[in-house]
Amino acid sequence: MSAEANEGLSRRGFLAISAAALGGVMLAPGIRLIEIAAARAPDQPASKQVRWGLLIDTNKCEPGCDDCVTACATENGIKQTGHPRTDSQWIRKVELKDMRSGRVHSAPVMCQHCAEPPCVEVCPTGASFKRADGIVLVDRHICIGCRYCMMACPYKARSFVAQELTDQNPDVPRGKGCVEGCTLCVHRVDRDEQPACVEACTKAGHNAMIFGDLNDPQSEIAQRVAKYASTQIRADLRLDPGVHYQGL
Amino acid sequence: MSLRGLLRFAACLALALPALAFASGRTPKPDIIIANPGHCVEPTEIMRRNHPQMLLHQRDLTVHEGIRTTKYSLKNCVQCHASKTTGSVLGEKGFCQSCHAYAGVKLDCFECHASKAKLVAGGTP
Ligand code: SF4
Ligand code: SF4
Repeated sequence: MSAEANEGLSRRGFLAISAAALGGVMLAPGIRLIEIAAARAPDQPASKQVRWGLLIDTNKCEPGCDDCVTACATENGIKQTGHPRTDSQWIRKVELKDMRSGRVHSAPVMCQHCAEPPCVEVCPTGASFKRADGIVLVDRHICIGCRYCMMACPYKARSFVAQELTDQNPDVPRGKGCVEGCTLCVHRVDRDEQPACVEACTKAGHNAMIFGDLNDPQSEIAQRVAKYASTQIRADLRLDPGVHYQGL
Repeated sequence: MSLRGLLRFAACLALALPALAFASGRTPKPDIIIANPGHCVEPTEIMRRNHPQMLLHQRDLTVHEGIRTTKYSLKNCVQCHASKTTGSVLGEKGFCQSCHAYAGVKLDCFECHASKAKLVAGGTP
């Protein structure tokens, strides 16, 4: 373990140093504060300058493909328990058909990481919370499994773990009696990686999902949101989801 | 673990240690196998008394703020303390379970957290 850990630490140490160096020349052209926040050292907290989000292009999303769902299950250790009605579902594929034109398109739907999350508002214990960078999570140490948040979420994005679990992924602790939902792969995001679904979609060549910082005007996601028409699901609820859709 | 649990644990140790020195044959003691002795992040006495507080503190920092330093992370504890034969900190002679069973302190971390070391190198805990 020690060799690995040291290697990880020194890489991160380097990131911290380079971030500090960038901070020093912050006023130089082209160097942005946001960049410093994104390449975050492990001892730095999540930054509120960042707003993580997803942009999903339904025109590119292949009907019938569920690579993102499979990747999510593998990454987060979600297994079928033989109870399909209560099994956890962090991400699902939704197929849409326009009855008049017959156009079929599909899109993955997961926790929309609302800026004004009702799940957080109703939670009686404070277990449901929004991190500084916009990722909405459940602190399972605090969750009492009352499921209020499941009722409050308009996107049906949360699940309750009803079975005892074993062999969890060390990065993704999960267990019976708590509510859970998409974490935007927060453990990967914290080490500067993309969520597993996005990675899988890109790998399969569909490129229907992009992940990034909506607050950073230079990021691909912010530029695409600024340039092309995109919507949020049930934008009328004014929860300001971090997940945007193109072509819905 | 609650403060009460911790006190009980400390009391058990305090009672057990002198007894062990004199009557090792008659007093049961925890049968712990330490996989990598001498590499802990703090001295043994500090770890024995304070590991619950360390984990509690780290857990809040990690879950709520995204601070993922490895020194006091549970994942790192498991990675180092998992038995070389079973790969786990649980089981009869497992590092965590043997002592918790001895002290009679409930150990529920591993209802959610992985109790086994990750074989392939992942990221930081
Ligand atoms: S989609 Fe549902 S679970 Fe996710 S933040 Fe919004 S209300 Fe909460
Ligand atoms: S189930 Fe857990 S996270 Fe959801 S409202 Fe209840 S305590 Fe909060």
